[in-house]
Amino acid sequence: MSRLHVVSGKGGTGKTTVAAALALALAADGRRTLLVEVEGRQGIAQLFETGPLPYEERKIATAPGGGEVHALAIDPEFALLDYLHMFYKLGSAGRALKKLGAIDFATTIAPGLRDVLLTGKACEAVRRKGKDGRFVYDSVVMDAPPTGRITRFLNVNHEVAGLARTGPIHNQAQAVMRVLKSPQTAVHMVTLLEEMPVQETADGIAELRADGLPTGGVIINMVRPAILDHEAVEVVANGQRTAVAKALSRAGLGGARRGGMAERLVDPLLEQAREHAERVALERAQRAELTGLGVPLHELELLTDGIDLAGLYRLAADLRKQWPE
Amino acid sequence: MSMDVAPRLDTDVLLDDPQTRIVVCCGSGGVGKTTTAAALGVRAAERGRKVVVLTIDPARRLAQSMGIDALDNIPRRVEGIGGGNGGELHAMMLDMKRTFDEFVEAHADPERARAILANPFYQSLSAGFAGTQEYMAMEKLGQLRARDEWDLIVVDTPPSRSALDFLDAPKRLGSFLDGKFIKVLMAPAKVGGKAGMKFLNVGVSMMTGTVSKVLGGQLMRDVQTFAAAMDTMFGGFRTRAEATYRLLQAPGTAFLVVAAPERDALREAAYFVERLAADQMPLAGLVLNRVHGSGAEQLSAERALAAAEILILASDPADPADPDGPDDQDDPADPEDALANAAEGSDPAKNGAAAENLADGGFVDPPSGNAQARNPSAVDPDVSPTSADSSAERLAAGLLRLHAERMQVLGREQRTHDRFTALHPEVPVAQVAALPGDVHDLAGLRAIGERLAVPPERANRVAG
Repeated sequence: MSRLHVVSGKGGTGKTTVAAALALALAADGRRTLLVEVEGRQGIAQLFETGPLPYEERKIATAPGGGEVHALAIDPEFALLDYLHMFYKLGSAGRALKKLGAIDFATTIAPGLRDVLLTGKACEAVRRKGKDGRFVYDSVVMDAPPTGRITRFLNVNHEVAGLARTGPIHNQAQAVMRVLKSPQTAVHMVTLLEEMPVQETADGIAELRADGLPTGGVIINMVRPAILDHEAVEVVANGQRTAVAKALSRAGLGGARRGGMAERLVDPLLEQAREHAERVALERAQRAELTGLGVPLHELELLTDGIDLAGLYRLAADLRKQWPE
Repeated sequence: MSMDVAPRLDTDVLLDDPQTRIVVCCGSGGVGKTTTAAALGVRAAERGRKVVVLTIDPARRLAQSMGIDALDNIPRRVEGIGGGNGGELHAMMLDMKRTFDEFVEAHADPERARAILANPFYQSLSAGFAGTQEYMAMEKLGQLRARDEWDLIVVDTPPSRSALDFLDAPKRLGSFLDGKFIKVLMAPAKVGGKAGMKFLNVGVSMMTGTVSKVLGGQLMRDVQTFAAAMDTMFGGFRTRAEATYRLLQAPGTAFLVVAAPERDALREAAYFVERLAADQMPLAGLVLNRVHGSGAEQLSAERALAAAEILILASDPADPADPDGPDDQDDPADPEDALANAAEGSDPAKNGAAAENLADGGFVDPPSGNAQARNPSAVDPDVSPTSADSSAERLAAGLLRLHAERMQVLGREQRTHDRFTALHPEVPVAQVAALPGDVHDLAGLRAIGERLAVPPERANRVAG
């Protein structure tokens, strides 16, 4: 079973929200998850309605049934110092490196190293064991970079292992790649039922497969209920117009005669219904596209009032019901 | 109303002004940034300007809509631009690696350039990790501007918050170049060798040992060769970064922050606005994409829902086959249930994740499983209504529920927009009405451009 859940998706699809909901869902019934943020946006803190997260693992939520969600916002600079300390016991030397501008070099001028640090830190959390010999976290959920960058991001250690052909960096990079390419990892994609995100999802999955990275599921986010389809709209438009105006009038929305409020509502309401029906048809096509990808699909409804903490728990409960044990 | 009202951003004035030479579109991912850049390009060209649009990683269909299929780093003329004003549109996709390679070739002598291009460290750096894209986009912008073949350059930025990282480039490069680290790196003879020790103070020698230990000998040599070869170029790099920075601050540049009327996107937009102000970059305004409107705004969501409720109740007794009311789910083909259940929201978990949403919302929990066999349709015309009236009532209820949903969206969008305006009342805003589908062709881009220029009805009302 996967323990590292990498959540990617096109920008604007709600990747961070889904990652947070998944972390909550996987923490149910007394389990413990770590939710990792790598893009420095503090989106997790905002979702959980807490102050900015420091570079430190801390509990941010309790899941139903007593589980715990911990969160970590990885800062590349701290991660590098951490890494140097962990592997080379460099305390003051790390600070000296910073003074020299080496840390700036590593985290910005050589941006690949940033990704090495981010993936390395997540894998370290996956493998970490407590004194009792058990894993500290039952699962680790990563709010990862968007679809366009995910394969390269996850493959960075492969590249590094090629660059540093021997030595500690090589070994570390190989160890990270072993975790990322194993069934312990699952890369999930978040999408909307819209053309561009669905296309990116399909491209992203193809890329992951080509590089031998383990794909997980696709989470269709913000699914809206289908209320009327084209046929219904055409029924109204052709022949039922007066009857509908009368019905609106009976419901207390003004007069059904020409110029009455109910009568004047018919056209704008029909126009909205047409747009809705068009969207329903587009969504159906996109759903078929996703079904063809051959990965498990999950769905989360659109929360019309936007996402707050209560909404996040609702999404988590929804996801939990759909998630394979 | 005491609410702050943002001034309207007139994109046509911006595009028509010959002084406007560069338009930079920035914003978080998924807000339609690339589409906006392309639409602005089309509109400016059709209004007579000679435009080049620099896109970064566009969606395939969008690229095709401008007739660019290949990632070849060369601006191509886009066919089909109308207007008859002598305008032209050129479009290109950024090829990060090629841009970097060209930069190396232009700034180093041939021998050195070859050494750099062959260096494995360089090869992976240039292939585009996080960060490289931002720098190279700005480098490309500098190049296009220097060629002076276009009178307007529209630039898209990479889809991340770090899109503004390029603003830091001169500073970062500066601190790096002036730092000791590069000097340490570039002293290969001294690294790890005792002979060189006396030339270095203790701190630095500890460093070289450390760096070597961390990187490993072979990578260390690669980094050193790379740093040595890049040495002459770094100066050029910094000069270029500084020049681009100044170019962006210049009066001919206009930044557009692109957002969708959603909380996260507008929060990012506020961040961009503040960041640009901090760097004294000229912000022209905010483009708010996908704004919803309604032709029946006089009818509130609450009233629409209440009326729908009345209609469902009224049509209920007319259907004796369904005595238990709208909650009864025994008859999957009952369109009344279909509407009622659909409006209550679907529960995908019930029917399996891959189920059709309509089947889902329209025919909840079909006990016999026959929903899979039928063409999903919330209102099935084959099921004859018990009377014309109750059919009309159900349809009217559906229309009202849709309207209620739309009004809720409108309300939410207005609230998030108001919050942004309260924080940044000085930022002009252009609202773009939502399109039901995606953009596939030039006509689609043209339509977006029109929507950009002509605000949706609601924007008029707010502004007026």
